[in-house]
Order: sequence, then C-alpha cells, then structure tokens
Amino acid sequence: MIKLPIYFDNAATTPVDKRVLEKMTPYFTEIFGNPNSQHVFGRESVKAVDNARDTIAGIINAKPNEIYFTSGGTEGDNWALRGVANAYKDRGKHIIISPIEHAAMIETAKALVKEGFTVDFMKVDGEGFVDLEHLKSIIRDDTIFVGCMMANNEVGTIEPIKEIAAIAHEKNAVCFTDAVQAAGVLDIDVKDLGVDLMSMSSHKIYGPKGVGALYIRNGLRISSIIAGGHQERMKRGGTTNVAGVVGFSEAFKIANEEREKNFNYVSSLRNHFIDRVINEVPFVKLNGPDKDKRDKYRLPANADFSFRYIEGESILFSLDLAGIAVSSGSACSSGSLEPSHVLLALGLPEGLAHGSIRFSFGKHNTMEEVDYAVDEIKKAVERLRAMSPLFKIEGDKKYV
Amino acid sequence: MYNEKVMEAFQNPQNVGEIENADGIGEVGNEVCGDIMRISLKIENDVIVDAKFKTFGCAAAIATSSTATAMIKGMKVDDALAVTNKIVIEKLGGLPPQKLHCSVLAEEAIKKAIEDYKNKQNK
Repeated sequence: MIKLPIYFDNAATTPVDKRVLEKMTPYFTEIFGNPNSQHVFGRESVKAVDNARDTIAGIINAKPNEIYFTSGGTEGDNWALRGVANAYKDRGKHIIISPIEHAAMIETAKALVKEGFTVDFMKVDGEGFVDLEHLKSIIRDDTIFVGCMMANNEVGTIEPIKEIAAIAHEKNAVCFTDAVQAAGVLDIDVKDLGVDLMSMSSHKIYGPKGVGALYIRNGLRISSIIAGGHQERMKRGGTTNVAGVVGFSEAFKIANEEREKNFNYVSSLRNHFIDRVINEVPFVKLNGPDKDKRDKYRLPANADFSFRYIEGESILFSLDLAGIAVSSGSACSSGSLEPSHVLLALGLPEGLAHGSIRFSFGKHNTMEEVDYAVDEIKKAVERLRAMSPLFKIEGDKKYV
Repeated sequence: MYNEKVMEAFQNPQNVGEIENADGIGEVGNEVCGDIMRISLKIENDVIVDAKFKTFGCAAAIATSSTATAMIKGMKVDDALAVTNKIVIEKLGGLPPQKLHCSVLAEEAIKKAIEDYKNKQNK
C-alpha cells in the first residue's frame, strides 16, 4: 500500500536527514556557547563551527576562510550582488544577470537600479540555456558583476558556469553563481569553475532551514550587508547559528558522499516519470532542457510540465486532494498576477506558463509513488480539461 | 488556503458544460491573465431554467463558477443581475484576499450572458 501524501516538491525544501539531526542535537542544549565567547563554552562552539567550515570548504575545493555562513540562499544572493555593487561602484555600475535568477537576485538588482546601477539580462534560449555569444555582446568595460545560477530551480537547466566565468573575467567583472539547487547534487569545484562568489543553502539537501553559506574568493572586495559584531571575519554580523552550520555541513558531507548514488536513483524516478507523462498525457510540454539532454543538462530531480488548456493552480490542488504535493509556476499559485518569470524568459506563451507544474523528486521517493502520481495526473488533467472552455470532448474525440 | 466549502465546490463542481442552443452566452477573461470563464443560459419567460459553465482557471475560479451558476438557476434574469461576487463569496464561506479578482469573473460572465440574451430578445 502506498503511503499518502507523497512529497514531490523537493526543490522547495527537503526533510532533515536523521543523521543530520542527530549531529545537530547536542548543539541546542549541551554545547550551547556563543562562539564569540572567550571561555570554554565558547571554545567548544568555535570548534564545531570551524569543523563545519573545513568540511564545506573541502567539498567545493575552497579554503576554509573563503566560506561565510549565512541564513541561506536568499541572503547569499543579496549579499553577493549588493556587496560587490557597493565595493566596486568606483570601477563601474553595470550589472549582468540571467533573466531566470531567483527572486533574491532579481529583486536586489531592481533595488540597485533605483540606486543608479544599470542592469542587463543575458539571453536564455527556449530550454533555459544562457546564450554565451549574447553575454559577450553585452558585457562592457564597466561591467562589475556577472551572475547566473548554476542550475535553475524551476526548469532544472544546468548552466555553462565555467564559460560564463571566463567571459566575465576577460572584462575583469566579478562572477557569481547561485548554487542553491546545485550544491550537493552536482560535483562542484569553485577553482575549476573560476567563480568568485557562490551561494549555497542547507535545506535543499536534507539539512536544516535558515542556514547556508557564501563562498567568497580570497582577495575579492565585498561590502557587508549585515552590520554587527566581529562574526565571520568582520564581514557578517550576527551570532553564528551553531547547530545550523553543524547540520548544514553534515548534510553537505552526506550529500557529497552519496552524490552518485542519489543522482542515479533520483534520475531514474524522474526519467520514468517524464517518459510516462509524455506517452500517456496528451497536449503536454516538457519545460526546460529537451528530453534527450536530461541526463547531463537537467537537475536529476526536476521535471517541469505545462498541461495545455488548463491552469496550474487547479492542477496543483487536484493533485493535493489526491495526496500529491507539487508546485506550480502559474500566477494563481504565486499570489501575483504574473506567471513564472522563468517560463516567460524561456519564451512560453502566458497560457502555457499558467498551466505549469514542477515535480521535484528526492531520495525518499519511490517508483510506486511515481506511478501512482502519473495515474492521478491523468485523472486530474482529464477532469479539468472537461471543464475548460479551451478544450472540447465529443465522444472519444478530444480536440481544441 | 481555501476553506472546505471552496474545495468541495472545486472538487465536485455543479453545472459543468455547455447548453446547446443557449439563450445567452457570456465569456470573460483571457489566457494571458490565466482565467477564462464561459457561462451559457437557458431562459424561459425571463426565468433562468438552466445554467452551465466552462472555466479555465484556478480552484477559486472553478468553485465560484459552480456556486454562481447554482445560485442563479430558477431566478428571474433581473434578479440574477443582482448576484454579485460578494454574494457568491459569502455563499462559499470566504476566499483568500488574493483570489477576490477570480470571483469577479463569474459575476461578469453572468451579466454578459444576460446581456446577450436581452440583445437577442430585442432583435
């Protein structure tokens, strides 16, 4: 018997791995000292934070003093962009980001425009891949910041970050990547990629929420956005979330050790899902990289579909009633009137963007759950299409 | 975010479909904004004897379509014109604030269908 509800929203967040929780527990009650304190309680906490920093640095081939703990991906994105803009504004005020960045980047960029910076967007193609030639054509001598996510949270596209960094550095611009979806899933070597900054988050990889890190290459100038005490080598005020960083580093360590196993397992669920949906549900569009690129250029957990002639939020709630948790890029589920900016940047017409559902699989999901979900999707889609004024069913004939 | 009444109306909507040779049809919304609603009416002696809907939209749009069509059945057309989105929302026990605009569609579609009926009468 299948256990409901089924969680297919692992790109939104993941449950904390029990091994991670076990590692964290003593840091709430027994080893509770403030790492800034000089006494033995403080020193115990410092040890834990130092170990966590070493572990994370080791996984991404950075030095420990290049890892700065944050409250998560949003802070990392805000800090990277605003911190570089402030520190480099004497050199230039031109910023380039991709149009499919997380809201943390897009909104920070919008705020900087009001403060006198200029923001241009690199083009992405219909599958979400950055157009490198276009980037070369818009980068300028006064470009100070080039930012692109390593892998997109909505459609799963894995971007050519190494090439983007090379283009940025030719013009002496700082290169940032948001690796919130990629860290712990893809093999990341910041030195090989050549990025100057990289944001990471813990709760996407079975770690606790509210903690993450920003990699800042040694030698890079960056302003602080959180003023306060001497924490994080004077760059980020606020008492370190000791239990959080211990959990994050343990989650990252486990994700790294089990990376290949999880990648293959989650991909197999996702591939089976994509194949069944494409074969069994009429009038669907797989958003993001084409099907034949999925093993190399799409996050293993991601499958994003638009179901034509019906609206995403109504699909989301139909599936929710059937015990399946997913997310949607429709305007109605975001609380705004606009559908997903990512799907629009990929060139999807509004109608298709409104009808999008993201399925993101995780290591705790099973093939039985995938099969159950496909069966329920077929029922939900059929029911909603029967209600849609854009769709006609007469006898066995279904047409538009 | 939705209450039980709304989810029930969404899950088991009444009056889904289209009336053949309808006396009045009203379609509002568009695909760009993510909501399209088409309401068709069967009217005899200025009384709405049947109402059906087809909706492309969110759960709130579908629930209000169902409730609004159920409410106007048996009403005189002029009484149906007084059925506002506020009354439909009350009947559903409330909607989240960001969903209020979806409920306006049902009111508008009904008004448009009645207008269509009246135009046909005057020809």
